[in-house]
Order: sequence, then C-alpha cells, then structure tokens
Amino acid sequence: MQCAESLRVQAYFDQEVDALSAAEIERHAEHCSECRALLEDLEKVRATLRRHVTYDAAPPALRAQILRALDQEGATAEAAVAATATPNPRPAARPAAQQPPRWGGRAFWTGAFSGIGGAAMAAALAVFLVMPAMVSPLANDLVSAHVRSLMPEHLIDVVSTDRHTVKPWFAGHADVSPVVADFESQGYKLIGGRADYINHQRSAVVVYQHGPHFINVFTWAGTDRRNPSNTTRNGYHLAFWQQGDIQYCAVSDTGWDELLGLVRLMREQA
Amino acid sequence: MDDKRARFEEQVLPHLDAAYRFARWLCYSPGDADDVVQDAVLRAFRGFDALRGSDAKSWLLTIVRNCHLTAAKQQQRRALVPLPEENDEVDGHAMIATTLDPESDSILSDQKQALERLMASLPEEHRTVLMLREIEEMDYAQIAAVTHVPIGTVMSRLARSRAALKAKWLQEMEGEPRAVR
Repeated sequence: MQCAESLRVQAYFDQEVDALSAAEIERHAEHCSECRALLEDLEKVRATLRRHVTYDAAPPALRAQILRALDQEGATAEAAVAATATPNPRPAARPAAQQPPRWGGRAFWTGAFSGIGGAAMAAALAVFLVMPAMVSPLANDLVSAHVRSLMPEHLIDVVSTDRHTVKPWFAGHADVSPVVADFESQGYKLIGGRADYINHQRSAVVVYQHGPHFINVFTWAGTDRRNPSNTTRNGYHLAFWQQGDIQYCAVSDTGWDELLGLVRLMREQA
Repeated sequence: MDDKRARFEEQVLPHLDAAYRFARWLCYSPGDADDVVQDAVLRAFRGFDALRGSDAKSWLLTIVRNCHLTAAKQQQRRALVPLPEENDEVDGHAMIATTLDPESDSILSDQKQALERLMASLPEEHRTVLMLREIEEMDYAQIAAVTHVPIGTVMSRLARSRAALKAKWLQEMEGEPRAVR
C-alpha cells in the first residue's frame, strides 16, 4: 500500500507547496521510508527523462509553411474578421477546436481542490493570485526583452559555449561585466551572450539553455534600490538577485525550481 | 506587417517549438504533428484577441490539444498510433545535436530508443502530463489548463505515469539479458 502522503510528497517534489507544508513534509519523510524512497524515485525518473528523451524543434519547412499561411490569413483580412465574428462558420465540423479557449475562466479552477490536501494547494493558489499585484515597469521590460530574444535571429549576438569568449565580448558592447560561466554538467549550457537595453543601460545578457528552454540572464549596474521580488509575468518567471554592484535577473519559461537552480550556481560562482 | 501579426509573431510564435514537441507527444507521427500545429497556430491567430497578454505558451498548447482531439476523432486515428520501431531513425532536427557524454553514443542511443518506446506505451493522457511537467517544466495549474482536467487529476496522473515509467524502465534495463538468452 502507498503512504497516504504520497501525493503531497510529489507536490513537494514539484515545488507546489509553501514553506510551511514543505517543512511538514520533510519531517514526515524523515520517519517514512516509503516516502523517502518515493522522493528518490521521482528524482530518478526526472533525471532519466531529461537525459534521454528526444525532442525535435519545429522543422524549418513547417515554420515557413505556417508563416505563408499567416500571410494569406492577413491578405484576406476581411474574411478573418468575419470568421472571428461568427466563430462557427462550419457547423458540426469542429466544435471542440473552433474557438480558442477563454483564458482565466471558471472551468480552469473547477475541481482544483479535488484529491489533495487543501492547505498546500491553497498556498500555491495564493501565490498565483497575488502575482498580478506586483506589476513593475522593469519586470515588463525584462519580459518584453526576453520574448523579443526568442524571435528568430534575436537570441544571441556572440555565439559561444566558452566563457572566455563571451565575457570579453561584453567589454565592448555592454556597460557591465557580469559573471559568465558554463554549467553544462548541471544541466545549464552556456550558449552565448547578447547586449540589450534595460534600465536605461546597455545590459549584458548571458544566455543559457536548459533542456528545450532558453534562459536569459540580464545584468545591469545596480543602484541602491532594493531588489524587486521574484515574479511571474505571462508565463515567464523572473528571478532577481544582486552580486557586488551588479543587478541580475534570470527570465525563462522553465519551472521555478530549475530557474532558481541556475541562480544558485551563478551566486556560488562569484 | 500589420500590428496584430507583429504582436502574434512576438508573443506566440516563440512557442512554436513547444507546440511542435507537444504535438509529437500527442500524435507520435511527424506528419500528423505538422498538420495539427499548423491548424492550431492559425486558430490561435484568429482568436489572438482572447489572449490579452496572458500565458501564451499554455494557451497555444491548449489549442494544439484541442486540434489534436478533433483531428483524431475525425480520422479515427487514435487506435492506429504507430509505435516507434526498433530501427527507426530519429528524424527531424534535434534541438540539441551534440552529446558530450562520456558514454559511447550507441549505448546512449539504445537508452534513448528504449525510453521512446516506453513513453509511447504509456496512455496518451499520462504521457502528456509527464512531458508537460518534466520537459516543458509547467506547473500543476498550467498543466490542468492545457489538459483541461482538475489539478487533482493532474496530480494523480503524474503519480501514476511516473510510477509506470519507473517500473517499465527498470524492467527494460534489467530485462536486457533476457533478450539474448
């Protein structure tokens, strides 16, 4: 039989519980060998998947085909407007896929609490709901810069996995000289650098790849202002920290755990 | 290029690779994935106004899944999902092409193929939550939105798929000599 706490232990593993529940679960695992074994298994499955699973980027031909289709869509703008106005022009053909999902609707949360210790999820939810309050222009700028970087040909100015190439490049192109290091063995591969304009400065951006995700680490000269809190905007996480007189912000669509893992490594590097 | 198209390219198209990966895990056939992704992107473009600066990736993947379900229903394709063959070459364009591991490429490639087979043998809804969590690194709320089930269901599916994959993987690795015998 499985320990009754197994789903909470899994939620702990996935970083879906607050600090209080996490401490509780850690205490439980100290006494429950089954849950300790479960945590090990979860880690093994994750490592195996991330190491071995094959995934492909969208083939260039498909990308080109989609861009052409979007061109056509734009060319027949009137027809597109008509299609949006009447979302079901071909009745009975494709009811499920016809309308893009309405976001943030009720259905999203219906039953969110079924089958789990409520406290943990309530805490996770609270974090989720608080986020829109922390709107800062800086966070907006960083997310915009991250999103722009993901467009074709925008990600990297200096392509290199060698920190001895990336670091000197910044000297001529940015106002700061941040920590540059490769952490490939820990799952964060240095792939290059870029200069971006952030906080009225030429920001040095160190670019990492984690699995299929890109992580931009933006850096700029620190003022004495307090560091902004970590936040999530439009599905991208932002982790802020300071090292010496340089402000850092890592932005990505990785999980929190994975993003903070890189932050930890970079801080240790200093 | 008009404004809507420019905003779409900036906010949604960066997730094209994620959409394609997701479609591949859903359909397990490159050709079908192409169709589903193209269909989904066009639908996303038509309904782009509904997004309003929200989580574009979850939103696009939700549409991909809807398109997949519709296509699968229409063509009764679901019963005929081809499993990858032992000697199938990995096609497409691997995002990470270099392997810098100390192990020889062939052992690694055997393990990759084994894992691919095991993943394909999982029920689709288990495979997808597992990949959304471990590879796309989405949180429970995002996975719940994309797969259109309550968070509790996401958790139980994750637990079952992880346990199943672990059991199958162990069996595969330890069962290796049996094939020779």
